[in-house]
Amino acid sequence: MTIRLRFFASLRERLKMSDATHEAAAGATAADVWSALCREHPDLEPLSGSVSFAVNREYVERLHPLHDGDELALIPPVSGGAASSADNSSRSPTNRQALHVRDRL
Amino acid sequence: MFEIVSDPIDAAAVSAAVADPTTGATCTFIGTTRDHNDGRVVTALEYEAYPEMARAELRKIGDEARRRWPITKIAIVHRIGVVPIGEASVVIAVSSAHRVAAFEACHFAIDRLKEVVPIWKKEHFDGGEVWIGSQTGTRFE
Repeated sequence: MTIRLRFFASLRERLKMSDATHEAAAGATAADVWSALCREHPDLEPLSGSVSFAVNREYVERLHPLHDGDELALIPPVSGGAASSADNSSRSPTNRQALHVRDRL
Repeated sequence: MFEIVSDPIDAAAVSAAVADPTTGATCTFIGTTRDHNDGRVVTALEYEAYPEMARAELRKIGDEARRRWPITKIAIVHRIGVVPIGEASVVIAVSSAHRVAAFEACHFAIDRLKEVVPIWKKEHFDGGEVWIGSQTGTRFE
């Protein structure tokens, strides 16, 4: 199956391209595609712990199964950043879901 | 109004977009580019987005704010590309009948934006540049 890949920011610069098409085996997951990319581009390997994935513009878990024609975006950590080093307001309970996303990054 | 733009943001226009005769409060947050970070002199900030997904995520933040606070309208505009120091990179406006909801929803919206919206920030400083968050920058020799 054919997957369309999108690269942004630090990943785009490392790969020197913003998109690509990728042939993956039936049943491949987002993590499988990432592993294949890392084999092709070993300097991506250190980013494995921080990259997250979106399929067709929705965040997905690493083991999300892909389908022919999917657009898989590889998302480096978003601009995030602390409000200030002393301000932990973004960790308030109102942001539990956001933290869940951050934990996946 | 949930937009990703490459031109300067007119904060007054974003505030005006949430004006409504039923409201008694409009809270507008303007995030501007700062000339220093992490002990460095910052010369410019550059933003990159996954625009189609970023717009959808901004809309979701608006929906979630509406579910959680009795707000009337919310607008979020983020600028991409190089943003000179002192200019707005993001403007969020929230209106509500009473001020507490507008303040709280606006605070929520900027925090959530920074956590989940696929927008990346590259800091240009004297002697190098770095993508904030990934810290995979280049120090110029």
